[in-house]
Amino acid sequence: MIGLLASILDGVLVGAVYGLAAMGITLIWGVMNVINLTHGAMIVAGMFGLYFLVAALGVPAYAALAPVLVAGFLVGLALYWIAVHRMVGQPPLMSLLSTFAVNLVLIGLGTAAWGTVLFNVQVSLPGFSIGRYTFPGTHMMAAALTAAIAGVLYLFLYRTRAGKAVRAVAGNRDAAELVGIPTTRILALAFGLGVALASVSGALIATMFPFTVLSGDAYQLKSFVVTVLGGLGNPTGALVAGIALGLVEGLATPFMPVSWTLVIEFALFVVVLIALPGGLLSLRIRRRRT
Amino acid sequence: MILRRPFFWIIGIAMLAFAAAPLGKNVELRESLVLAAVYIILASNLNMMLGYAGYVNFGSIVFFGLGGYFCLFLMSARDWPLIPAILAGGIAVSFLAFLFGIGILRLRGVYFALATIGVNEAVMAFVNNFEPWGGATGIYLSTGIFQQLGGPASALWIVYYLLVATMGLSLYLSYFVKRSKFGLGLLAIGQNEDAAAVLGVPTPRYKALIYSASAFLPAVAGGLYFFKGAFIQPPDAFDLQLSTEAIVITMLGGQGTILGPALGAFLYEELRGWLLTSATFSSFQLVIAGALLLVIVLFAPGGLMGLLHRRWPNLKRFLE
Amino acid sequence: MSALLEIENLSKRFGGLQAVGSLSFTVVEREILGLIGPNGAGKSTVFNLINGVFAPDGGRIRFRGADITGEPPHRVARCGLARSHQIVQPFIGMSVLENCTVGACFGRGNLPLARARETARETAAMVGLGDRLETPASQLTIAGKKRLELARALSAQPALLLLDEVLAGLNPTEVDHMIGIIRAIRERGTAILIIEHLMQAIMSLSDRIVVLNSGRKLTEGAPAEVARDAQVIEAYLGDPELAKTLKGRKK
Repeated sequence: MIGLLASILDGVLVGAVYGLAAMGITLIWGVMNVINLTHGAMIVAGMFGLYFLVAALGVPAYAALAPVLVAGFLVGLALYWIAVHRMVGQPPLMSLLSTFAVNLVLIGLGTAAWGTVLFNVQVSLPGFSIGRYTFPGTHMMAAALTAAIAGVLYLFLYRTRAGKAVRAVAGNRDAAELVGIPTTRILALAFGLGVALASVSGALIATMFPFTVLSGDAYQLKSFVVTVLGGLGNPTGALVAGIALGLVEGLATPFMPVSWTLVIEFALFVVVLIALPGGLLSLRIRRRRT
Repeated sequence: MILRRPFFWIIGIAMLAFAAAPLGKNVELRESLVLAAVYIILASNLNMMLGYAGYVNFGSIVFFGLGGYFCLFLMSARDWPLIPAILAGGIAVSFLAFLFGIGILRLRGVYFALATIGVNEAVMAFVNNFEPWGGATGIYLSTGIFQQLGGPASALWIVYYLLVATMGLSLYLSYFVKRSKFGLGLLAIGQNEDAAAVLGVPTPRYKALIYSASAFLPAVAGGLYFFKGAFIQPPDAFDLQLSTEAIVITMLGGQGTILGPALGAFLYEELRGWLLTSATFSSFQLVIAGALLLVIVLFAPGGLMGLLHRRWPNLKRFLE
Repeated sequence: MSALLEIENLSKRFGGLQAVGSLSFTVVEREILGLIGPNGAGKSTVFNLINGVFAPDGGRIRFRGADITGEPPHRVARCGLARSHQIVQPFIGMSVLENCTVGACFGRGNLPLARARETARETAAMVGLGDRLETPASQLTIAGKKRLELARALSAQPALLLLDEVLAGLNPTEVDHMIGIIRAIRERGTAILIIEHLMQAIMSLSDRIVVLNSGRKLTEGAPAEVARDAQVIEAYLGDPELAKTLKGRKK
């Protein structure tokens, strides 16, 4: 029983990072109605970024997060201009395909360069033990940093002019243009932020688990499940839903082989999409009114 | 009268040419044409969902794989002959697709696309654990299986001709659908689903129907393809890369057109052969596919047929 | 004349806003009923409730005797109720003829493809697009697109046509032309429920007028009566004192 509880709590910690990754997707979707299918590749890029900085350049792991974040942002800007800019007014199918195409290129290059080799970033951090169970220090640190980053994002969106502009464009792009907001720049900014979130969450995952070039797919899927659970376009929802998913994973891992967790997550994804288009949080709202 | 339309005959003649090309003896050519035929079957069926109704099916390979599994299972465990087995596979997969479709087609655009990947992954994981179908090992057909078609050599030729026939049927199916009232409704859905519904197009039913219809021939092709190899296992049957390439091929040739997927398949094969001096770099295959897709989506969303139609508008009457 | 469309106690709430409340009115065969009201009165919402885009929270909608409350749009269309949109939504990848053919195929007429094309040609000619059948919808002017929107809905051969601000954005000549088309549609036997802000147009077109304000019916009657009604004037001009004085004067 305690073992199960420990597993669940650990799941919550890891789930927070899933939530962070999902915030990347939901932000981009909310602002420009684009599903960023390069998300998985960018998570992997964050993982490799961290690995490179730590293993090749000897940068301490948690200090390396900052350059990964910044690099992710810049790459996001580039991706926006390459694949998304022209697609913004068009049917969502087009941006889906264009980001999908970029993802193919990135993952293809990655597998060509590094194959399916398993990489691991050694981060030693004292854990927290209760009896026989240890909560890895890396997990606690990752959750804490997630909270910090989410906090900074919140401050940005609600306390700065640029953040307000992002929310304005998300609400009504035409109206935002009319009041003089440079929408194209804001869209690029939002995309950059979304990708930055993806890469830094990848880096955080790399501090906790080993990874390969192909890990991106699994984490991209988890990000989409979380995004849908939390309600598209809702960053807080994404964080909450991420923790919820981590909880579910913690509940399930002692009982079933890993290959089934993905299937369950997919099933959950499809069920939630069909039954609850507004995400889990829409349930809360509905109950409040009755 | 459709028989008067030149395009109908163009398809027919092209199919005959395709079938006759290896002249009944050039095995190397036949093998690369088999691959081309599979690509064309996958792409032109996918095209009906993507190019007509505007729904991207990322996981369309699941029809191919399931069709292969049904066929090989019926042949090995129940001693069915080839033709009934592939047809049963086709019908079973279409039926399953219809059931699934009613559920996931409630999802719009992007969500649907993601859900289709989910369906593929879920089916693959399920089959991996499904003992009656060999689980992770898969199904092996005994070598005697080719005797029913006159021995291995002639069996391979028969399978080839059946694949060409399936390819021809795929092209004709997409042609007849496009020219029908059903097709008009699908195209309206692809343009603007809400406006189509307001005009009376029964969107849920039409979407489920085309999803199911687009599953039949790929399932048949799957049966033929895996029968030919006498062996099927989950990673080969449900290889997402194939459906990804089918999408690229469709966009490259021209989504929404009949010839588009066929042209796209040939172009893609040529381009790939030209750019890849060594076939072992399968990862570069994806890079090329991705780069091609990006260029098409950004600069020529109508694909090759789109470019041709714009340059020579009169061509539309002969080559769709 | 028998009742074609019967709205009974219709209501719809969006979050905190009661968009439509306890609304009842009837449209009879072959009549042109105008629906007017200040901005935000709920007129487009009423249309969305009738043709099934939203399901109402309460009330019933009966069309030709059958209860169509909450039916999805494609079933409502099949019953013989067609609608044009305020913001036009042509199928931009298709030609004028193809657009109208969709309407003819899937509306009440439910025609096979070849006959649908014939009907489509007729309706396109009726709205004045007969010379542009092969033109891609994307290349039409705004007036052309508005006519296409109308023609497409009309191709379904509906018993009742819902027109949502079909005159918005047109210049005076185009407005006159459109009014003529609308009258001709009624002559051919189709009833029309029309939302319009152009007062002169809707007053001259309509047999009767229903006035909405804040989701509720303010009044209904012949155009001349409604134009004189104190409450209607107050709803548009917004001066409660004026309404009282006007009411007082009337007594």
